[in-house]
Amino acid sequence: MSAISASEKVDGFTRKSMRKAQKQRKSQGSSQYRTQSAPVELSPLPQLKDAPSTEQQELFTQKLQQCCMLFDFLDSVTDLKSKEIKRATLNELVDFVSTNRGVLVESAYPEITNMISTNIFRALPPSDNPDFDPEEDEPTLEASWPHMQLVYEFLLRFLENPDFQPSIAKRHIDQKFVLQLLELFDSEDPRERDFLKTILHRIYGKFLGLRAFIRKQINNIFLRFIYETEHFNGVAELLEILGSIINGFALPLKAEHKQFLMKVLIPLHTAKGLALFHAQAYCVVQFLEKDPTLTEPVIRGLLKFWPKTCSQKEVMFLGEIEEILDVIEPTQFKKIQEPLFKQISKCVANPHFQVAERALYFWNNEYILSLIEENIDKVLPIMFGSLYRISKEHWNPTIVALVYNVLKTLMEMNCTLFDELTSSYKADRQREKKKEQERDELWKKLEELRLSNATLVQNNSHGLPSVQNNNNNNNNNSNNDSVNEDKSADGAAETVDGKDTMEASESTPCAK
Amino acid sequence: MAGADGDDSLYPIAVLIDELRNEDVQLRLNSIKKLSTIALALGVERTRTELLPFLTDTIYDEDEVLLALAEQLGNFTMLVGGPEYVHCLLPPLESLATVEETVVRDKAVESLRKISQEHSPVDLEVHFEPLVKRLASGDWFTSRTSACGLFSVCYPRVSSTVKAEIRQHFRTLCSDDTPMVRRAAASKLGEFAKVLELDYVKSDIISLFTALASDEQDSVRLLAVEACVSIATLLPQEDLETLVMPTLRQAAEDKSWRVRYMVADKFSELQKAVGPEITKNDLVPAFQNLLKDCEAEVRAAAANKVKEFCENLPEDNREQIIMTHILPCVKELVSDTNQHVKSALASVIMGLSTILGKDNTIEHLLPLFLAQLKDECPEVRLNIISNLDCVNEVIGIRQLSQSLLPAIVELAEDAKWRVRLAIIEYMPLLAGQLGVEFFDEKLNTLCMAWLIDHVYAIREAATCNLMKLVEKFGAEWAQNTIVPKVLGMANDPNYLHRMTTLFCINALSEACGQDITTKQMLPVVLKMSNDQVANVRFNVAKSLQKIGPVLDSNALQSEVKPTLEKLSGDSDMDVKYFAQEAIIVLALA
Repeated sequence: MSAISASEKVDGFTRKSMRKAQKQRKSQGSSQYRTQSAPVELSPLPQLKDAPSTEQQELFTQKLQQCCMLFDFLDSVTDLKSKEIKRATLNELVDFVSTNRGVLVESAYPEITNMISTNIFRALPPSDNPDFDPEEDEPTLEASWPHMQLVYEFLLRFLENPDFQPSIAKRHIDQKFVLQLLELFDSEDPRERDFLKTILHRIYGKFLGLRAFIRKQINNIFLRFIYETEHFNGVAELLEILGSIINGFALPLKAEHKQFLMKVLIPLHTAKGLALFHAQAYCVVQFLEKDPTLTEPVIRGLLKFWPKTCSQKEVMFLGEIEEILDVIEPTQFKKIQEPLFKQISKCVANPHFQVAERALYFWNNEYILSLIEENIDKVLPIMFGSLYRISKEHWNPTIVALVYNVLKTLMEMNCTLFDELTSSYKADRQREKKKEQERDELWKKLEELRLSNATLVQNNSHGLPSVQNNNNNNNNNSNNDSVNEDKSADGAAETVDGKDTMEASESTPCAK
Repeated sequence: MAGADGDDSLYPIAVLIDELRNEDVQLRLNSIKKLSTIALALGVERTRTELLPFLTDTIYDEDEVLLALAEQLGNFTMLVGGPEYVHCLLPPLESLATVEETVVRDKAVESLRKISQEHSPVDLEVHFEPLVKRLASGDWFTSRTSACGLFSVCYPRVSSTVKAEIRQHFRTLCSDDTPMVRRAAASKLGEFAKVLELDYVKSDIISLFTALASDEQDSVRLLAVEACVSIATLLPQEDLETLVMPTLRQAAEDKSWRVRYMVADKFSELQKAVGPEITKNDLVPAFQNLLKDCEAEVRAAAANKVKEFCENLPEDNREQIIMTHILPCVKELVSDTNQHVKSALASVIMGLSTILGKDNTIEHLLPLFLAQLKDECPEVRLNIISNLDCVNEVIGIRQLSQSLLPAIVELAEDAKWRVRLAIIEYMPLLAGQLGVEFFDEKLNTLCMAWLIDHVYAIREAATCNLMKLVEKFGAEWAQNTIVPKVLGMANDPNYLHRMTTLFCINALSEACGQDITTKQMLPVVLKMSNDQVANVRFNVAKSLQKIGPVLDSNALQSEVKPTLEKLSGDSDMDVKYFAQEAIIVLALA
């Protein structure tokens, strides 16, 4: 067993960074190429700029057709000459549509869209890394990018050409075209997604008839992402596009847009990836700037999806809340202050110092401070308990210092209320405890009631089906179980556990 | 109900309402989980008139709470007064079936499906079916997706007019605007087809199936492949060719690899559903293509099915089909570029030997096995080794042993402990097939080396392995080959190795029997009671407790008892605890 280093043996799990270093950077071809028959060798055509203007259109078409040939980029040695010819031709085509006027005649449109569709529309290959994490992992890059990039570039120039006529193009750039374009947003290659973003934005701008369709399909992608697959690489890019679309919505907002906000954008906050959050926050704020009356449902929605275990995400949520508070109207603030500050008071008391710190930073924001001051009689009673407690209990000195400052600020806002709360703090805590006891008692009584009823039921009706009995039995069992668990968790067993973990620390010659 | 008189009856609803409004989700969740308790206490009537309306009204909550509620309501029939009142449960479940969160919705549908069986045919038409219709024509996609799962449970028990309506609703949902609903419909297509009359299967289902199988979204198309299995099973053989096969052929060559993957994944089911003739003519070439697919995912899924596919081929020309059509593809896959493909193949390829018989195996398969035993990927080698028993039955393992050994040795020393762990688990099997001589000569050292591995899981598995070997080769063999080595470790300077001796003794004592345990093992254990490390000492106590029953009562009284008594006065509290425990268990007090 000498070949293996000791550290590797002890750990067993190689670290992620190590694994990554070993894995060479991979690129991926599309499924598309491989289903085609072998490419024919290309022969160079004359330059467009050298052709007489009468033959230019014909040559343009020929070149577009030539560029429909696809090559295998995973094999870097085959068809080198043809690949180079296609690359040069694509470059020339990009140049041709971006600098020349009057080249986009009607007959060119189908050829152009055909060339673009053939090159970019493809079934995206399966991901190399099924649990691809955009923050951690290197994306798999598209192998045929040297050509693909130029095709995207060409599409963009085509759309941006001053002679471009949506009325002709809409026969080719139709719903099906857009749908395929949207599917490509799932590409792992960020360069491709970036192009797609700009292109979709242009299409949205130029084709009024496609706008509703595009919005609906984006909705579907998001809903699939939220409720079905939890995987789609282009969510952030699509959100960016939506951000600027929302900006242009007319007032009053249509029901469709409000539905998007509440049923798609807010639930999208349940997503795992953190990279999305900036774009989300941007969209949400855009909506609220358009229509402030949406503030209450939006904040309630965010509170509903508030992260329970992921502190990193909680920090993001707090950031988004602050952005919303920055633009909130005082009347809206009043509507939402109670549930909102109940959450903030929980965050402030969070044992994770980054969460607590992010929440406490709200008190550095002048506008938020003014809102709090206006409503100090409502906010202070909600916040006081947590702040008072963590000023004594929090493990992190920075947090304690921040809390002192916040308490001081709040005290200055309403001194009498502050004093009242301080003096009633203990009594309040005791009342809470008492309430808890009462709850336990109630449940106990209920349990007794249930038992007596159950026996009654059993005695009264012999014929009654067994569902009820089963139910009781189950409940009884589970109660017993929990009692047993309590027992087994006492002294001896615990210390043994302690020993076993010690054992895991291996090479120490003497464990004690 | 008895609880209805007196103040007691006020508790449940008061507690529930109070708790359901509590700010703390956990408390709300607790009270929902005890809903049946509350309902029982309330009695059936108040449950129907007070509790259920209350629940229906308060459905805006955290998804966890809703999930618990949806689950509870599925078991509520008795609590609302039995089947004649079961329809009271429909309103809350209906709202739950429209919730956004998928798990809540699914659970609500599951509960609805459950209680649908408890409805009388009349109630089904009066209460349940209208609910399905409402859901099916809901505004938001969630209610329509939920509806898809409810058609098949009510269809068989309603009148023919209502049946016609249900079919119409299902048809509408299959061409719904949103892909989410079409996916839901496609995933229930097979289930719905099963409850339909055969004529309607042919007239309705086939057209829906064809449409869904050529949907613009691959996520819908692939679900149609799943439905294909059930549909093909329902149709008479003569209709399959015209009604199902065109679509299936198209799916096997779909441009999206996800669809092809699904075909590969369902291949055995498809094969059974379409029968031997179509298999021969259509599925064999389709399967060849899938084995040669350009996407590794598809190849791996197909490779997984190689054995099952071959097994289910019609016997009359099975061998010929395998030899001329399948085997050439399999040979290619052995040197595939993707390791998942190779390891998928390695996990089934050995199964082919029983189908092909001795001569073919030696001539054609053996070279492949040998190649895979030398594969660079440990998983491939492991999969081959773990299936050795299939080959053993056909040609005997000797043919392989020369290549096996280097493969085993390499795996035994692999840097990844999970690989080492896996090979240990196959040791008893290998030892049994290779025989004791081969084992002593080649493998014994490996087995002993694992006892001092750096990873506890390996040491633990190695101990267990020794026990199984002793069970196979007998106590005498143990006494000569392994016991001395194990006992020798009791003097090792590393306390972990000393403890391994104890663990081995625990495992071996029973298999070795009273004689060896008393004469050879016990003295070593007793000596270790003086070890300076407390962990060793309390493991001595544990070991004594374990081997006590194997020892004779004489040794127990004269040797074990004094030692345990000494340990029960140890300075370490854990040593004391386990010594006392052993004394009690062995009844030495």
